[in-house]
Amino acid sequence: MDDLSGSNVMADFVQFAMSGLTVGAVYALVALGFTLIYNASSVVNFAQGEFVMLGGMATVFLAALGLPIPLAALAAVAVAVVTGLLVHTLVIEPARGANAVTLIILTIGVSLVLRGAAPLVFDKQFHKLPGFSGEEPVSLLGALVQPQAFWVVGGTAVIVLALKVFLAHTLFGKAVLATAADRMAARLSGINTSVIVGFCFAMSAAIGAIAGILVTPITLTSYDVGVILSLKGFAAAVLGGIGNPLGAVAGGLLLGLLESFAAGYLSSTYKDAVAFAILIAVLIVMPGGLARVKHVERV
Amino acid sequence: MSILAVDGLGIAFGGIRALDAVSFAVPRGMIFSIIGPNGAGKTTLFNVISGIYRTTDGTLAVDGLDVTGLRPATLASLGLSRTFQNLQLFTRMTVLENAMTGRHRHESRAILGHLVRSPATRAQERRSRELAMACLARVGLDGEAGRLAGALPYGAMKRLEIARALATEPRLLLLDEPAAGCNAAETEEIDRLLVDIAASGITIVLIEHDMKLVMGISHRVLVLVEGRVLTEGEPHEVARDPRVIEAYLGRDAAHRLVEAPSYA
Amino acid sequence: MALKLSPAVLILIATVLIVVLPGLVLPSPYYYRVGALVFISALAVIGLNLLMGYAGQVSLGHAGFFAIGAYGTAILPAQLGWPPLLAAATGVVLAAALAFAIGRPILRLRGQHLAVATLGIGMLITMVLNAEVAITGGPDGMAVARATVFGFKLRAPETWYWISGGLLILGVVAALNLLNSPTGRALRALHDSEVAAEVLGIDVTRYKLVVFVAASVYAAVAGAALALFSGHVTPDVGSFLRSVEFVTMAVIGGLGSILGSIVGAAVLVILPQVLTVFQEYETLVLGVMIILFMIFLRGGIVPGLAARLTARLTP
Repeated sequence: MDDLSGSNVMADFVQFAMSGLTVGAVYALVALGFTLIYNASSVVNFAQGEFVMLGGMATVFLAALGLPIPLAALAAVAVAVVTGLLVHTLVIEPARGANAVTLIILTIGVSLVLRGAAPLVFDKQFHKLPGFSGEEPVSLLGALVQPQAFWVVGGTAVIVLALKVFLAHTLFGKAVLATAADRMAARLSGINTSVIVGFCFAMSAAIGAIAGILVTPITLTSYDVGVILSLKGFAAAVLGGIGNPLGAVAGGLLLGLLESFAAGYLSSTYKDAVAFAILIAVLIVMPGGLARVKHVERV
Repeated sequence: MSILAVDGLGIAFGGIRALDAVSFAVPRGMIFSIIGPNGAGKTTLFNVISGIYRTTDGTLAVDGLDVTGLRPATLASLGLSRTFQNLQLFTRMTVLENAMTGRHRHESRAILGHLVRSPATRAQERRSRELAMACLARVGLDGEAGRLAGALPYGAMKRLEIARALATEPRLLLLDEPAAGCNAAETEEIDRLLVDIAASGITIVLIEHDMKLVMGISHRVLVLVEGRVLTEGEPHEVARDPRVIEAYLGRDAAHRLVEAPSYA
Repeated sequence: MALKLSPAVLILIATVLIVVLPGLVLPSPYYYRVGALVFISALAVIGLNLLMGYAGQVSLGHAGFFAIGAYGTAILPAQLGWPPLLAAATGVVLAAALAFAIGRPILRLRGQHLAVATLGIGMLITMVLNAEVAITGGPDGMAVARATVFGFKLRAPETWYWISGGLLILGVVAALNLLNSPTGRALRALHDSEVAAEVLGIDVTRYKLVVFVAASVYAAVAGAALALFSGHVTPDVGSFLRSVEFVTMAVIGGLGSILGSIVGAAVLVILPQVLTVFQEYETLVLGVMIILFMIFLRGGIVPGLAARLTARLTP
């Protein structure tokens, strides 16, 4: 049968891998933003996915107002950053000292507010952005790949590298790392940890918004895409070992790939279930996440 | 036969040996004290004996029965109980409920009976309450039964931990610094309480920094330094052992003290 | 006053009053409907409160068990022709069995890991409900056969007001009994210090499992009641948002307070009804409420009021 010829098997594989990497890159960026905030403040930010929604939706609407897309995108990132800072100042700061569960519920509240406000500010329709390099699919090893996929994967790589350079080579970045390592010690050595946490919220919001802008040409966006992205980003972060930025990125990519292959080879109905089934299995078998599996020590 | 026998006990955390070849035996009915400088491994030893940490080598026996590697709850059912240096009270429960929780191993665990509050459950609750009150009275807390444990003053919290441990009806009681942070009067009370507990037939293993208390009530004293047993003997022997004084105070001070034993 | 009542008896009396007094005066079926919804939610929240507030184990998937109770009640009569009440009971047993099966590995996790694992369980349950269209009707849901008792069809809101009120009272009695028993003390003990609980002979693993199963039973009974009452179920009953609502009810009312669970459920069920004018803003309002409560009344309504009252009574 023609369907089973070698080149088709290869093409399918590449197709699934590319779409897995594309979605996985978005999960990775959500997980990365989640990890930044978690490390600086121990807050599990369930609103992380809303920044992705904000980035995509704001770009679409600003572009509709006549702004050129690059400018609209830039403005959308600014909108997300301002939102992130507001969340930090109005919600996280006043709740300082609350326990982990309270903080989780608070960020869920933030997520509801953003999702509830989005249809009022924007609308309830699905929206698309044009691909940055056109819509003509590119042939790759027999598979047809949208050029935007390269933007998503490439953009993710750039963000991860830029973040790494920033953290390792700037004074402010080092202050972020110090705060993540030991908040009390950082405070004692003169770092204003509240500013650092606020900055991490801004940075996470920006990363989320960029992810939203990059992926909207492929997946479309609407006011309610945030929740599932938050959950999957969180799953990716846990998969990579909570608090480990590179683990978060790896976890995101892995989750995207597994989902894509499961949908392609097994059943597309249970595509979303794969993420959560894997998540639960990983938690039970190796509670430290994949990245730290070698160091797990149980008493 | 000794009620507690520790033989060649060792445990390591990430390559650091916290306990190394620790051996000793505690005869029944004694107050057996473990002293040593900070970081000597005393609390770690308690954590191993009570089953919170699993040993890497050596054996533990309670009343001749090998209990190495058993879980804390199982050890509790064999009559071992303990208190904690950093208080581990149930702060959101009342003083009485804390003590009643100590009755757990003697109570029926049939959940259906609990759900419908069967006559048997009621009778058991009454009995648990009475016995718990008796334990509170023993440490002088019967007047505070209805208060939240988290609202007690520090010294009372220490005594509540002892009452809760007593409510389990232990044969062997491990007390981790019961007098730490207590003033002179409170220490005096603890002193009397421990003697009273020992007199009722419960064997006590005591970790304590208050030397006056230790030397006054202990039958035997074991000195732990850097995870190893330095020496073991009767209080007056240990008190004069230059190695012990050195371990606590450093070499120079040790010499001076041994030359002028009245300070020791 | 010579009569001295224990806190448990006072809570029970308050619950009975909360059920009976409005039941005598409510003006229209609409209000009975809202009342029944409050009681059903409160029942599920009491289960969650046992788990979270008393034993200190987080769950973000409580609605999953609620959904199993609801769908068990819906599916068995539709597919196998079972009587609805037998189906409801079976749904509850199924929920308990699932909790028992997954509880042991899941409950070894703590804090955020436990939160995300229970969240995952809840998501998986809703995904199955959405996907198995042939059995569950998929995203559109399915109709539920009305229950019949002695030839009398249970469908009027008034009837369901009293049934769910009765279930709530039973649930409160069982919870209070449990909490004031060796089991309850074990649960509260392991919340404060697992190590101390173990040392006292409490099998921490067993009691975590016990409370997880108990919580699932409360949720499933509530879910079954909702299915029979509303006559229609959709996968929304098990959604993440529903789980969040349950957690919010428990926290707003006050973790570790049985009355708080009822008050929290009442606030979150009644407020959106009052605010129907703002239907567009429902999600927004829920989010703002959660944030305000978590910042300004973190301990919850009932414990907060109780503390203020005690402060006033004891100068």
